[in-house]
Amino acid sequence: MLFFVARRLLYLVPVLIAVSVLTFVIASLLPGDLAYVILGDQATPENVAALRHDMGLDLPIWQRYFGWLWQILQGDFGRSFRTGQTVLQAVSERVPVSFELMIFAELIGLAIGVPLAIACAAKAGSAFDRLMTGSAFGMLSVPTFLSAILLIYLFAVELRWLPATGYVPFTEDPIANLRFMVLPALTLALAEWPGIMRVLRSDMIAALQEDYIALAKAKGLKPSRILFVHALKPSSLTLVTITGINIGRLIGGTVIVETIFALPGIGRLLVGAIYTRDLIILQGVVLLVAAGFVIMNFIVDMLYAVLDPRIRHGHA
Amino acid sequence: MSGAALLSVENAVVDLPTPRGNLRAVDHVDLAVGAGKTLGIVGESGCGKTMLSRAILQLLPKKAKLSGRVMFDGQDLPALPAEKLRRLRGRSLAVVFQDPMTSLNPVLTIGTQLTETMQEHLELDLGKARQRAIELLAAVGIPAPEQRLSQYPHQLSGGMRQRVAIAVALSCEPKLLIADEPTTALDVTIQAQILDLLAREQQRRHMAMIIITHDLGVVAGRTDEVAVMYAGRVVERAPTPSLFKQMRMPYTEALLAALPKLDAAPHTPLPAISGRPPDPTRPLKGCSFSPRCRYSAGRCGTEKPHLSAAEAPDHLYACFHPITAGADA
Repeated sequence: MLFFVARRLLYLVPVLIAVSVLTFVIASLLPGDLAYVILGDQATPENVAALRHDMGLDLPIWQRYFGWLWQILQGDFGRSFRTGQTVLQAVSERVPVSFELMIFAELIGLAIGVPLAIACAAKAGSAFDRLMTGSAFGMLSVPTFLSAILLIYLFAVELRWLPATGYVPFTEDPIANLRFMVLPALTLALAEWPGIMRVLRSDMIAALQEDYIALAKAKGLKPSRILFVHALKPSSLTLVTITGINIGRLIGGTVIVETIFALPGIGRLLVGAIYTRDLIILQGVVLLVAAGFVIMNFIVDMLYAVLDPRIRHGHA
Repeated sequence: MSGAALLSVENAVVDLPTPRGNLRAVDHVDLAVGAGKTLGIVGESGCGKTMLSRAILQLLPKKAKLSGRVMFDGQDLPALPAEKLRRLRGRSLAVVFQDPMTSLNPVLTIGTQLTETMQEHLELDLGKARQRAIELLAAVGIPAPEQRLSQYPHQLSGGMRQRVAIAVALSCEPKLLIADEPTTALDVTIQAQILDLLAREQQRRHMAMIIITHDLGVVAGRTDEVAVMYAGRVVERAPTPSLFKQMRMPYTEALLAALPKLDAAPHTPLPAISGRPPDPTRPLKGCSFSPRCRYSAGRCGTEKPHLSAAEAPDHLYACFHPITAGADA
């Protein structure tokens, strides 16, 4: 098992290197480099050239890349030329917001999707199953901004149960923080549960056809044990995968939901950086988010091994 | 049927709806197994023997329709409420499936799969159930049984897995064990060991057993009675010794002849049964075996022979032209 973890960790190194190269190259490909952005459109070519030389922007791209990488390895992701904030400061300020949103959204999504999937698989082909599969399909095609507006209208405008927009840190006022989080998390969850439900449902229907389920029935086990232990556990691998991907995706924040609900998360940081052409922030945040995504996938791999002993023992 | 039988199947019919029409998998089958007795059900692939076993266990596919009675221990299984059936299964009616590679759950330990049945039916606590699980694994010939409890099926060989499956089946001292082709998926060298294990445990525990197989050789020394199935019907049924002394149904004879012989000269072609079983969605009017039967003549093609006794009261066969003692084989 230790060997398995070590090997998977080793796989992370080339992936992270590739991610850093891509991030850097893409940021460099954007037209108009940092010197223009800082000096504005009134700058003379001489001034630009001088600043480019000072910032090392006239060096070949591979030299700039290794310089950047070297700084990152020392823990320096750079500093915004506009706000003077370092990338790490900016990210660590925003991450708790996006992280909390992601956790709540995923928990709500799982809380809706998993029980529905189990119920549908147990009664595959029934009217309930068809109704739920149909609703899931319908929900998949509702865009986030629409469900966000509908939820705001219903819970904030009509019923006045919850605030429409805003944010208070959890450490300041936990109750108010949760009240602000409910609607954005629910909005995201409404887009998450159909995928969760459809994947788990079809995996469970397949598992329920297996010989070992017939044997579990022949052993006279309770239907609940057959469903939750014998069928759910072997069916949960794909569920773990898509939950991992969803979480990885949400680590990067969700631009639309954070914008609609005025949450100061990673998504809005990125959009802001794009608008203001703050390339240092953009580069650093994209790299950190991508690294978070890669590490999330590593955790998913580890969960696979926990769930399926065959992977743990190197048989699959 | 004798009233003392532990299991009696009466007039069982299993119909499966298919896109090509109704498929009659089991066609008016009568069987009985007394307590502590063994019955062999023999037939080639697709003859309905597995469907029959699933019908006894009430594990037929959802779409299948079963009619007739399956009396087990005084209760009609198809009419039993789900909860009562559940308490019977695994407790007094146990099964070993064909393929141990797929019949054990890949993500649960051997220990869990063994103890859960005992915890369910015998109300043992986990400690006692584990103790018994170790004894059972030792009884079915698994070395180092204690370590096995924390292992997963993929860490065991096919033969070992089938031993585990047998231990699971035996765990609550069932009255009847159904072994559905228990050795078909295993290496030849392991087959005899598993069959001997089943026979030994059957005798030691005085349980009744049904062995389902396509191999007449498997049932020869190990059963009290044999039923030969063809195209969903029982075509010959007799006490094992009298069947092997004088088989009457040409299909049984052909099945026996199709077994490879060790003493045959090298490169002797196997006397395979030519042709194939009839399409079960298009039943024949006459004897189902008649198109492949070398004795077929006269009414064989137009009339179905009934399973009935002739010379001996317990030797039943369904044939108009039975093989007689003098006939050459």
